[in-house]
Amino acid sequence: MTSTNHPAAPAARTVRRGLAPVPFLAPGMIYLILFMALPVGLLAFYTFFKRGRFGGIVFEFTFDNWAKLLEPLYVGVILQSIVLAGIVTLLALLIGYPMAYAIAGLSPKWRTVALIAVVLPFWTNFLIRTYAWILLLNNAGWVNQWLQGLGITDAPISMLYTPQAIVVGLLYMYLPLMVLPLYASLQQLDPSLREAATNLGATPWRAFRTVTLPLSIPGALTGCIFVFVPAMSNFVIPELIGGGKTIMVGNLVRDQFFEARDWPFGATLALLLTILLVIVIVVQTAVSRRLTEGPRRG
Amino acid sequence: MTTTRRIVAAAAGTIALAFAVSSCSSGGGDAVETLDPNADLSEQTLTVSIWADYSPEDLAEKFEAETGVKTTIVNHTTNEDIVAKLTASADSGIDVAFVSGQYAQALGEQGLLAELDKGLIPNEENLYPEALELAYDPGNVYSEPYAWGTTGLCYRPDLTGYDPTSWNDLLNPKPELVGKTTMLSTDRWLAEPALKAAGNSINTTDDDELAAAKEQLLKTKSTLLAYDDTTFYSKLVSGEAAMVQAWDGWCNYGIAEDPSIKFVVPEEGSDLWVDTMTVLESSKNKEAAMAFLNYILDPEVQTWVAENILYKVPNKAAMEALDPALIESYPTLGITVDELMEQEAIVDLGEDTLKYVDLNAEVLATN
Repeated sequence: MTSTNHPAAPAARTVRRGLAPVPFLAPGMIYLILFMALPVGLLAFYTFFKRGRFGGIVFEFTFDNWAKLLEPLYVGVILQSIVLAGIVTLLALLIGYPMAYAIAGLSPKWRTVALIAVVLPFWTNFLIRTYAWILLLNNAGWVNQWLQGLGITDAPISMLYTPQAIVVGLLYMYLPLMVLPLYASLQQLDPSLREAATNLGATPWRAFRTVTLPLSIPGALTGCIFVFVPAMSNFVIPELIGGGKTIMVGNLVRDQFFEARDWPFGATLALLLTILLVIVIVVQTAVSRRLTEGPRRG
Repeated sequence: MTTTRRIVAAAAGTIALAFAVSSCSSGGGDAVETLDPNADLSEQTLTVSIWADYSPEDLAEKFEAETGVKTTIVNHTTNEDIVAKLTASADSGIDVAFVSGQYAQALGEQGLLAELDKGLIPNEENLYPEALELAYDPGNVYSEPYAWGTTGLCYRPDLTGYDPTSWNDLLNPKPELVGKTTMLSTDRWLAEPALKAAGNSINTTDDDELAAAKEQLLKTKSTLLAYDDTTFYSKLVSGEAAMVQAWDGWCNYGIAEDPSIKFVVPEEGSDLWVDTMTVLESSKNKEAAMAFLNYILDPEVQTWVAENILYKVPNKAAMEALDPALIESYPTLGITVDELMEQEAIVDLGEDTLKYVDLNAEVLATN
């Protein structure tokens, strides 16, 4: 593999380069095999068998689980999950970018305060925060009280137990995961690049558009992955804030294992989810690499 | 190369292990063991798996003080959860498991449960005679009932404006109640209102009847506030919901906070659910396990269930000893045995259980 990247390298050097990394790679490879390749392999193995009456696996070979994925019902749930997680990611980017930009521009002291404020919610249990949203959004909740108190609405608006509530819940939950990588990439930007643009006559907006924005795209892409991946597989928020009426792939997987006792189909859904997310990550990495390598060559 | 071979070997090993585990899980014995009535219980230990908060906290200590059996209580969250544990390996390490009646039936048919030695459970005589003839296990061969009840409508008259009497009040709510009702979504209870409203059995396996139920449930879905199996009573208390499908005992938790809340068994009828105690065939401490079942069936012990979790118990002596004031506060505790017996017991449907699993998945996943 290495020789294709460096066709001019002498043969002896290639051999040494080929073997040298082995001791260093071994711990990582062993970790990957034990905790990634083997479990996923076992998962893939289970997808080709039948479910037992009480759960478990009956070892009769079948493609039924994969065929079942193509049923409109499941295709619909998968598409719906992609759309919901996509909306959440987009909103997180729109809200998170200005947040990260503002934090990067703060003095070091206030920057620390702002970063702690972003991370602080993570110190509270996930379920407690979810229940807090139920208290905020329900008909007698604070949001409705304020809306009515300020005279904006006459009667309480039904906000809880809707797909929109799921988006709000997921957005709240994962917004910090967008802000942090964006902040990291914005903070690393060499200020002299922006100064150069300004010195050459660019307006602040143009300097942002031509210098800051393109250089922060890798951070944004990382943030998008950080938000999209967990949003796609979350099942607690659709259940609690969505009232169980709109379900996502995560709920399907959970239900197959805990309610339907259909482990092979649950495994198939889980594997599909893993494959989808790996594809997303591979695409993100490829795009990100092109973006960072592109400008330097040109 | 060697790495690849090692991976393959490791994978093959794991797969072989999976096969081994699954193939030895079906070893249930048919021969009825003879248990020793004079066994020294203090030499036995007991692991009991039960739903959390479903028994007195000091149950293990008290039982140990009385019998000398070193007892450990562990918890499971759902029937599916404990059944998965019991079927996953030949010996789960659990001696006594609490499961609902239809699951006791299924486990019994799989040979996983020990036949009860009635000589060691004299307290069975405290049960209502009806509690010995329940459809999922007539004669209580594999299980002794612990608590029972039914499912109905739990509602707030001040919000509904009327007293519902039918499952149709929930399935096709009045316009002013749209978005103010919830339904149960687990196991067999999701299909129940639609099946009963159409005059069908809750144990039906008829495809047309199930298809009709599914159509009705999909229509109802758009009128619901939410599917809720755990917090429906608090939605009533907060006023978010006006009427919810509820187990009678859980409706009591709402009544405890708002005494105006009422419960009704719809006129089309409902189910009779029973939570039971079973002894595992794999248990090596069967005398202690039988003694535990006997201890629970003592009226004083089982009264705890009615007084603390507000569920009815099938124990005649315990129910008759209940404080009348408690029944006045929680009318569902006053539902008589005759009224309960009019309801249809949920039984295990074997392979056809999967029809309900699919129905649930389809209703919940469809928008």
